[in-house]
Amino acid sequence: MGEQKGLTIQGNMATALGAKLSRPDVIPAYPITPSTLFPEKISEYIADGELDASMIRVESEHSAMSACIGASAVGARTCTASASQGIALMHEMLFIAAGMRLPIVMAVGNRAMSAPINIWADHQDTMASRDSGWMQFYAEKNQEGLDLMILAFRIAEDERVLLPAMVGIDGFVLTHTVEGVQAPAQEDVDEFLPPYDPPHGKLDPEEPMTFGSLGTPEYYQELKYDQTKAMDNTPEIIDEIFDEFEEKFGRNYNRITPYRCEDADIILLTMGSMTGTARAAVDEMREEGEKVGLAKLTVFRPFPSDLLKEIAGDVHGLAVVDRNISPGFGGAVFAECAGAFINEKKSPLMKNFIVGLGGREIFKKNFREMYEKTKKAVETGKVEKPVEWINMDEDVMR
Amino acid sequence: MSKVKITIAGINKKPGSSKEYKTGGWRTMKPEVDVEKCIRCLQCFDYCPDGAIKKTEDAIEFDLDYCKGCGICERECPVEAIVMKVEEK
Amino acid sequence: MSEDEKKELLASGHRMCAGCGEGTAMRTILNEAGPNSIATVATGCLEVTTTAFPQTAWEIPLIHAAFENAASVAAGIESALKQMDKKGETNILSFAGDGGTFDIGFQALSGMFERKHNVTHICLDNEAYMNTGIQRCSSTPYGASTTTSPKGKYSIGEDRPKKPIARIASAHDIPYAATACIGYINDLKKKVNKALEADGPAFLHVFAPCPTGWRHGSSDTIELAKLAVETGVFVLWEAEDGNICDLNVTYKPKERKPVEEYLKKQRRFAHLTEEHIEKIQKEVDEKCEEYGF
Repeated sequence: MGEQKGLTIQGNMATALGAKLSRPDVIPAYPITPSTLFPEKISEYIADGELDASMIRVESEHSAMSACIGASAVGARTCTASASQGIALMHEMLFIAAGMRLPIVMAVGNRAMSAPINIWADHQDTMASRDSGWMQFYAEKNQEGLDLMILAFRIAEDERVLLPAMVGIDGFVLTHTVEGVQAPAQEDVDEFLPPYDPPHGKLDPEEPMTFGSLGTPEYYQELKYDQTKAMDNTPEIIDEIFDEFEEKFGRNYNRITPYRCEDADIILLTMGSMTGTARAAVDEMREEGEKVGLAKLTVFRPFPSDLLKEIAGDVHGLAVVDRNISPGFGGAVFAECAGAFINEKKSPLMKNFIVGLGGREIFKKNFREMYEKTKKAVETGKVEKPVEWINMDEDVMR
Repeated sequence: MSKVKITIAGINKKPGSSKEYKTGGWRTMKPEVDVEKCIRCLQCFDYCPDGAIKKTEDAIEFDLDYCKGCGICERECPVEAIVMKVEEK
Repeated sequence: MSEDEKKELLASGHRMCAGCGEGTAMRTILNEAGPNSIATVATGCLEVTTTAFPQTAWEIPLIHAAFENAASVAAGIESALKQMDKKGETNILSFAGDGGTFDIGFQALSGMFERKHNVTHICLDNEAYMNTGIQRCSSTPYGASTTTSPKGKYSIGEDRPKKPIARIASAHDIPYAATACIGYINDLKKKVNKALEADGPAFLHVFAPCPTGWRHGSSDTIELAKLAVETGVFVLWEAEDGNICDLNVTYKPKERKPVEEYLKKQRRFAHLTEEHIEKIQKEVDEKCEEYGF
């Protein structure tokens, strides 16, 4: 096994490096803050001869995903990067990529949705595409961004999966922040990720086939069921590939990673870069004797209901922290967690906290507040306000 | 038509399988060719939207499995070798 | 294989309406392009009538993704094949109707042209959104009654002229752009070959009447296609390297027929008065003068 190389790089550089090590053939991309450094870095790799790939400098994100679909359908390993409005513009094509079972990988710099326009960290962009049929991975730090890119290709291209995947790193907090990472050696990535040869078919004049058939009411539902079943089958495959990755590269990934949860009464559930702050808050509270744990969600789709129930099935309170809002309900992750416990005889009381929208900072004290509020609900046995917004500036509220 | 098993992503690996679907049933008028008059200019062949005209050694013939009876061949035949007749069902 | 035994690359059994001009166009184009081709198709009549699972009328590889992006899907295919050294002589064809070319697909098309992908985009123009039920498009000609530009007490139907899409395409300085018509099969075949031989993007604007949308008899399709050209309503030309100022008119009618002959055969124009027809005639005369005939 080759030696891993220590680098100090920004998050976008880490996902771009993860992509480069995965040897993509085609990268159609359109610049959008905060993911722009990804296509810039890929362009640089190609310009310097470090990556033998074709970069298509498309005229829109819609065409980026469209070109990904065309390229993937002829058997090319294909990836792109986007964020926010860009993901919204390609929304239509996300469903089509998944419906055609094309293992495209997208690096996302998670960012808020307009209006008002805002370029900072927020998970609204990818939450809005949660039903598109893509797998969704979220990184806590740059190292995870790098590793998850390689993992995303490997999982997406698995014959049992064949679904596209997106890897989210928080806008600016990760995309533009320099951190140390270990870069795996190319030969090891090559071993871990063999060249892509579509097992289900490709566009080839030697063996003509039609992709993107019209699905009439006679067949549509079965075709969608078949696609959904593929997603339903992925948890075991993801676990298997995460294990293989750990064996090879020494870094451990889980769909949900528990932290100090063993004897916890209350668990905070986080996703993305906020997890580091939450962990520090949990450590502080543990010092103070509070029985609090943390669960980090790495795989949002397929949603790991099984692991969540294992980790949080016996606790009294679950505080779900969402960096997104579905107006009229609450946070998207909260909805999933609530859904996970449906029909369970035993379920923790659940509170939902909306934080960090549009790049609003998230502090340790915010997690302490969430814990306190959840604790109070547990003590009184009543959840008065299931959804609460945290770190609001009351002075500017009208 | 009887249903078939679905394929992954609905990918269709049977090129030209539309031939299983006979569009001849749509027809209300049916073309007939007078092979004596036919000069085999093949304009009807070129213009037929349905590929329902086959070339023979010295004329043409209709593939009534697919001919929808549009009547373009009759209209475009320069020697009036084709006539449309009411389809008897 | 002899010419007569050549396999038809658009198989019979497709569900296009009787007398559909797209059927004639597609048979001609695909047979001319040959089996070493890969196609993308925009959502629309062509896609709906040829790809209903579990059947396909396509004998060449085809991908349908969405309405507005046939050209960008094709661009992805072309780049991928080149990158993987598999492009060879394979033709990459991008098909869309007028809606998928003039309107919603225009941005993707313009991008594909500008990036110089070796893709031939073919627009099958029947002058309205036929698949959704005859709605007005920027391809709809002046005076045509459609479901969203209906004739009425205060309306003559569509009140704007047709967008000159092939000239706009050519203005991207692409190696080859041409207009063609299913009434002139040999001209169409020649242009298909020239487009495919072009070193870079090519555009073919193929005029194909629609009995359902234009409300004419199914047997009138070819006659109307010819009348459009013989009256000067639709001009057959080609331009190389964006040279629209010096384009080559590939067919000049010896004596132009009055537009009335063309208009009267279609119920979408049935409401037009003599004055309207005179106005259209005048505009066609001016246009033909521009084209030099």
